[in-house]
Amino acid sequence: MAEVLEIKEHHTAHQLPTPDNGEGGEKSPMNISYGKTMMWYFLLSDAFTFSAFLIAYACLRLGHKWWPNPNDVFNAMPFMGHHKIPMGFVSIMTFILIMSSVFVVRAVQEGHRMNKNGVMYWMFWGILGGAAFLGCQAWEWQHLLAEGMRPFYNVFYEGKDGLTTLWNIHEQGKPMFSPGPVAFGALFFGITGFHGFHVFTGVCLNIWGFFATANGTFEKRGHYEMIEKLGLYWHFVDLVWVFVFLAFYLM
Amino acid sequence: METLHTVTEQHAHTTAHGHDGGHHHTETFISKYIFSLDHKTIGKQFLITGMIWAVIGGLFSVLFRIQLGWPDETFPFLERMFGAWYTDGKLNPEAYYSLITMHGTIMVFFVLTASLSGTFANVLIPLQIGARDMASPLMNALSYWFFVISGIIMFASIFLPTGAASAGWTIYPPLSALPQTSPGSGDGMSLWLLAMVLFVVSTLLGGLNYVSTILNMRTKGMSLFKMPLTVWALFFTAIIGILSFPVLVSGVVLLIFDRTLGTSFYLSHIVIGGVPQPYAGGSPILFQHLFWFLGHPEVYIVILPAMGMVSEILAVHARKPIFGYKAMIFSILGITILGFIVWAHHMFMAGINPFLGSVFTFFTLLIAIPSAVKVFNWITTIWKGNLHITPPFIFAVGFVSMFISGGLTGIWLGNSTIDIQLHDTYFVVAHFHIVMGIAAFFGMFAGIYHWFPRMFGRMMNTNLAYIHFAITFVGSYLIFWPMHFQGLAGVPRRYYTNNNFEIFAVFNGMNKVISIAAIIVFFAQFLFLVNFFWSIFKGKKSTQNPWNANTLEWTSPVEGIHGNWHGDIPEVHRWAYDYSRPGNESDFIPQNVPLTDKEKTEADH
Ligand code: HEM
Ligand SMILES: [Cu+2]
Repeated sequence: MAEVLEIKEHHTAHQLPTPDNGEGGEKSPMNISYGKTMMWYFLLSDAFTFSAFLIAYACLRLGHKWWPNPNDVFNAMPFMGHHKIPMGFVSIMTFILIMSSVFVVRAVQEGHRMNKNGVMYWMFWGILGGAAFLGCQAWEWQHLLAEGMRPFYNVFYEGKDGLTTLWNIHEQGKPMFSPGPVAFGALFFGITGFHGFHVFTGVCLNIWGFFATANGTFEKRGHYEMIEKLGLYWHFVDLVWVFVFLAFYLM
Repeated sequence: METLHTVTEQHAHTTAHGHDGGHHHTETFISKYIFSLDHKTIGKQFLITGMIWAVIGGLFSVLFRIQLGWPDETFPFLERMFGAWYTDGKLNPEAYYSLITMHGTIMVFFVLTASLSGTFANVLIPLQIGARDMASPLMNALSYWFFVISGIIMFASIFLPTGAASAGWTIYPPLSALPQTSPGSGDGMSLWLLAMVLFVVSTLLGGLNYVSTILNMRTKGMSLFKMPLTVWALFFTAIIGILSFPVLVSGVVLLIFDRTLGTSFYLSHIVIGGVPQPYAGGSPILFQHLFWFLGHPEVYIVILPAMGMVSEILAVHARKPIFGYKAMIFSILGITILGFIVWAHHMFMAGINPFLGSVFTFFTLLIAIPSAVKVFNWITTIWKGNLHITPPFIFAVGFVSMFISGGLTGIWLGNSTIDIQLHDTYFVVAHFHIVMGIAAFFGMFAGIYHWFPRMFGRMMNTNLAYIHFAITFVGSYLIFWPMHFQGLAGVPRRYYTNNNFEIFAVFNGMNKVISIAAIIVFFAQFLFLVNFFWSIFKGKKSTQNPWNANTLEWTSPVEGIHGNWHGDIPEVHRWAYDYSRPGNESDFIPQNVPLTDKEKTEADH
C-alpha cells in the first residue's frame, strides 16, 4: 500500500487535481477543477453584487443636479499639512493594490513550480500590499470624518459658481439639513466600505494561505491550486477597485 | 503503470471522502441524521424543514382568508389560540399585514426556493449524474444549516411584541425603511432583513455546489447532452440564484443602512407627523429595481425545478421519449436569459418612463415563447402515450394545467397598457398563485410521489394520493379562478377589508367560497403529510426500479448507501429517454445499458 501511494504522489506532483470525479468520469466543459469552477461562479455572483451598488450609485448621482467635484474632495495627503494634491493619495492607494495583485501573480507562478519558499515570499508581499491599502483607506476615511462627512451628512456643497466648497462645521456650525447632497457620503462610505470589507477578507484568506504553505499543506497535496483560487479572488477585488476608483474619483 | 495510477487515485479519493461503499463507518444518530454530510440525508432535511414551513405559511393564509371571507364576524376561539393577534375576536389589521408578509416570504423563499431546490438538487443531482456525493459535502451541509438559522430568525420575529415584518414580501421602502411607519417596520423588519441575508448565503453555498457538481462530477459517458432534464433544470436554477440573489443582498444592505445609519438611499422628502425629515436625494424606485432584478428571476428559480421534474415524470409514466429534448434545454436557457431582462414589468405603475415600459413589455412577451415551447413538448410527450396513471403522473399533469392557466394571464399582465387596470389587484394574485404557487407545489408533489421510493425505500399509498390530488386540484382552481373576476373589477390586493367600498359588496359571497375552499385545501394537505410519514415507516417496500425508469438513480441500492453505489459507478451509454423503443423487448432501456450493434450502426449514420 505504502509503495502504491508513493507512486501516486510521484505521479501527481506538479499537476493539478483531475477535473473529473476522480473515477474516470467526464471532464468539465472548460476542463477546470471543481474548486475553480466554484470560485469562478462565486466571483460572477459577487460581480453582480458590486454592479448593483455601482448602478445604484449611477442612478442616484444622475438624479442630482449638482455633485461634488472629486478633485476638491479627495485632495489631502498625510504629512502634507494643508497642501492640496488632488487625487494624489488615492493614486498611491491604487498603485499599492495593483502591485499587491502582481505579487500574488508571482506567488501563483511559484506555486506551479512547486517552489514553497517562492510562494511564501510573494504571498508575504501580497499580504503586505493589501494591509497597506486598508491602512490608507482608514486614513482617508478618518480624514473625511474629521471634516464632518458622514453617511447621512455631506459637508461638500455647491458654493459660488457651482464650485465644490467645504462647509466648515467647526466654524460655521452644523445645520440640521446637510449642506451638500447626502447621497454622496452614503454612497462613498457604503461602497468603499463594502470593497474594503472584501479586501479585508482577502487579506485574511491570504494570511491563511501563507501559513498553510509554510506548514507544507499544499506541498503534500501535490499542487498549489488553493493559492491560485486565492489569487483569483484577489485579482477580482483589485478589478472591482478599478471600477470603484473610476466611479468615485475620476468621474 | 498508467492503470495503477488511476486505480490508486480512485482509492485515495474514495477513502478520503468517506465514499467507499464497502466500508462501514461507525455512525451515531447525530452524525447520521442531524449533522450529516450525505447528500441524500441533506435532501431529506430540506424536505422536512420545508414541510414544516409550508404548514406554517398555509396556516397564516387560512387566518387571513377567514378575515377576508367573514370581515364582520368575530372568532373568539381564534383569539384563544393566537392571543395578541386578535382583539375582541377579530384579527388586528397590523397582524393581518404581518400574516400576508410572512405567508409570502415563507412560501416563496423558504418553501418553494430553499426546500424545493434543496430537496431535489440534493437527492437527484449526484444520483442522476452518477456521482458519489456533492463536490463539497461540507458546503452542502452548511447550506442547510444557514437555511435553518435564517428560518429560526424569521420564526422568532413572529413572536416579537411589535409583530413580524408587515410591508409585504416585496418590502418596499419607505414603509420598510422607517420604523416609525408601522409596528412591523421595527424589529420585525430588522430580523426579516437579517434572515434574508443568511438565506442568500445558504442559497449561494448550495448553488455553487450544484453547479460544480454537475460540471465536474459526472460519471463516464454522462456527457452534458445525456443528462436528464431534471439535472438541466436544477443547473440553470442554481445559476439564476447565483446571479440574482446577490443583487437582493445589495438592495437589502442599502436598506439596512437607511434604517440604521440614517442614510437616504431610498428616502426623500419625508414628512412624519408634520416634521420634515433630513432624508434627501434617495429614490424608492431604486429599491424596486434592485428587488425585482432578483424578484423576477426568483419566480423562475421556483418553477424551473418543477418543470424539470415534470418533464422527467411525464416521459417515464407515459412510456414515451420526451418530445424535443434539446428544445427543452434551450427553452430553459432562453427563460434563464430572458428572465433577467423583464423585471420592470412589476413596475409599470411605479412611475417608470412609459417608453421603458414598452421595452419591458416586449421582452416580457418574448418569454412566453420558450414557456409555450415547454408546454407543447409536455403535451406532445404524453400524446398517444401508454399512460400509466400514477400519483406522480397526475400531479405532473396538474402542473401543466396550472402552468397554462396562469401563464396565459401573465401575457395579459405583461402588456403595460392592460396592467394599468390590473396592477395591484386580485388579478395579479390569481396569476402568480396559479402559475407559480400551485404549479410549483404540484411539481413538488409529483417529485415527492415519484422519488419517495428512492428516498425512503418504500412506496406511498396510492389511494390517499388520489384523494389528495382531487381535493387540491379542484380546490386550488376554486380559490384562485374567482380572483380573476375580482381583479378585473378592481378589487385591490393586500387590503384588510373592502367593507368601505359599496361596489365590492357583490363579492361577499365569492369571498366566502374562496375562503372555504382555502380551508379545505389546507386541511387536505394533511392527507399528504400522513401518507408521507406513515409510508416512511410502514409503506410497501419498494422494488429496485418501481417505475421502470431509465435514469441512474434507480440503479443505486434501494436502502441508500454512503457513496451511492457498491463498487464502480455505472457508466452511461445513452440518453435518459429510451422508452418504448421499437424492436426492444421491454419498454425502457436504462442509461447504463450499452448500445446494441444495431444502434451503433444507426448512430454512425
Ligand atoms: C408567460 C409568462 C409570464 C408573464 C408574461 C408574466 C407577467 C407578469 C406580470 C406583468 C406581472 C406583474 C403584474 C402586476 O404586478 O401588475 C406578474 C406578476 C407576477 N408573476 Fe408573472 N408572468 C409570467 C409567468 C410567471 C411565472 C412562470 C411565474 C412563476 C413561476 C410568475 C410569477 C409572478 C409573480 C410571483 C408575480 C407577482 C409578484 C408580486 O407582485 O407580488 N409569473 N407576472
Ligand atoms: Cu415577473
